[in-house]
Amino acid sequence: MATTTQIPAAPAPAVHRPKRRWGATVFGVVVLAVMLFPLYWMINTALQPDASLVDVGPVPTGVDFSGFTSAITEQGANLLTSLAVALGAVAICLAISAPAAYGLAQFNLRGGKTIVFGTLITQMVPGIVIANALYSAYVDLGLVNSYFGLMLADASLGIPFAIVLMRSFMVSIPREVIEAAEVDGAGRVRTFVQVVLPMSRNSLITAGLFSFLYAWSDFMFALTLNTTDDVKPITLGIYQYIGAHVGDWGSVMAASVLSAVPAAVLLVLSQKYIAAGITGGSVK
Amino acid sequence: MSSTTASAAALPADPQTPTAGVAKKPVDPRSAKRRKSLAQWGFIAPAVIFMALFFGYPLVRNIVMSFQDYSPSTFFTGEAPFNGLDNWNNVFSDGLFGKALWQTILFTVGSLLGQFCIGLALAVFFTRRFPLNGILRSLILLPWLVPMVVSGIVWRRIFDQDTGVLNSFLGTIGLPGDTPWLTSTSMALISVILVNIWIGIPFNMVILYGGLQEVPKELNEAAALDGASAWRTFRSVTLPMLKPVITVVLVLGFMSTVKILDLVLALTDGGPADSTQTLGTLTYQNSFVQMDFGAGAVVGNILILISAVFAVFYLRVNRNEGK
Repeated sequence: MATTTQIPAAPAPAVHRPKRRWGATVFGVVVLAVMLFPLYWMINTALQPDASLVDVGPVPTGVDFSGFTSAITEQGANLLTSLAVALGAVAICLAISAPAAYGLAQFNLRGGKTIVFGTLITQMVPGIVIANALYSAYVDLGLVNSYFGLMLADASLGIPFAIVLMRSFMVSIPREVIEAAEVDGAGRVRTFVQVVLPMSRNSLITAGLFSFLYAWSDFMFALTLNTTDDVKPITLGIYQYIGAHVGDWGSVMAASVLSAVPAAVLLVLSQKYIAAGITGGSVK
Repeated sequence: MSSTTASAAALPADPQTPTAGVAKKPVDPRSAKRRKSLAQWGFIAPAVIFMALFFGYPLVRNIVMSFQDYSPSTFFTGEAPFNGLDNWNNVFSDGLFGKALWQTILFTVGSLLGQFCIGLALAVFFTRRFPLNGILRSLILLPWLVPMVVSGIVWRRIFDQDTGVLNSFLGTIGLPGDTPWLTSTSMALISVILVNIWIGIPFNMVILYGGLQEVPKELNEAAALDGASAWRTFRSVTLPMLKPVITVVLVLGFMSTVKILDLVLALTDGGPADSTQTLGTLTYQNSFVQMDFGAGAVVGNILILISAVFAVFYLRVNRNEGK
């Protein structure tokens, strides 16, 4: 995807010097190799038997899946917990932020600007401070060690970002389109669901992707809002794993690889959305 | 923020809509307007309530908590009596707070400098046209998408003094291969900063690359025609044009670095001998390890105060950009 967006730049004089252009490619590959080395090493260690006892070779000679086998038996349930919590967080996040983004973009409500400012500010509240207060509130409400409690907390990671991102998109929906739908007799809710949401599909996907990534990578809420093993996402699972089995690096790395898979899959499937999200949500 | 003004300008049609509704039902136009605005608030209310509960409430609650005496038994008995300034005095008189504050500053400044300089260099590099540019540029994003705690654990393995690949690589090329990256008090903070630089490079690169795309090519060409060197053109033409984006990148980088927790816990757990303790981990230690939520709230409030200063700064930048 990104290659196609990249090509239509102005035809540069470099066309006449193809050798120099390949020189840049070589340099780019070296940079990429350095940047991705830790991820390569994670996979490499995961595939080697007894990864912690001897020096790990630069490439896995005999590929050994025992690390993955034990990672799946010991961490498989936590991967599913992560998936459930992240999907729940995405659902909560979109259900709350899509209507708000629409309202803030299209209704000229008094106080709307203040809310947009407030949304920007909430992105800056340190998570550990939220967890500090949330923990005692969760104890009182019985939300500690519950899926729903963690989903709600993880949704808070994506909601401000999703509102800002979708709002900046929905502002550009022509007012005539919305008025036309209302003249045709659609109510406000129907207009929103049948006209606005389909038109904003891309920004919805981007916001959903990012709130999934935030919730999937969350470690802090998982660590602080759970006191038992009832709800243990993969991030918390790996962290405790390394405390208990420092010797078994092969399994730890295999679990790490598995935890990185959703991110890698998302990157491949939705490059343009991710780039749009990183730039759109923070700069605009 | 430019969009705020744009939407306000696009709204003159507003007074027309109520009349369409009023035509059907002969009601007092004022109550119809009120009903309409109520229905519109219905879209926004859930988000406002959610943010009040998950951001507003914790902010207020932390201030109150910092004047309360929490102990491990508090969550059974429900009793956390007010104790005046005790928590604040305890935190400030403990040398660990000053140490954590200083280490937070070092960590934040070091991380930002490294992330930004390398991110900017790569962003400039990728503005050149060459084969595979797009693929390489998007693959560099990968580290940023891996959960931070996982990155921390992978690096912990790489940094291992005896069996880690970094030391064995350094040994192979003839450098001292026995650096105690994470286990010595003098090296651990530097190692944590290095990993955080690695994590932050993709984000810096992508945003700065986006900013560079906005700089008109003609300006650089004009400068080149005037005989300016590439470096001079970059410094006097590109950098000033990039200033708004640079500010945003640095402020966002600051916000995410100053409160960091995952990475430090995964790499060092704050050790050895508190040499990688930051305000974020200190809040966590106080509250969730010592179960002294009052002391945790004090450190948390300081963290908020620091963030608030930058929040004001950020909003200012955002507002100026809209003009």
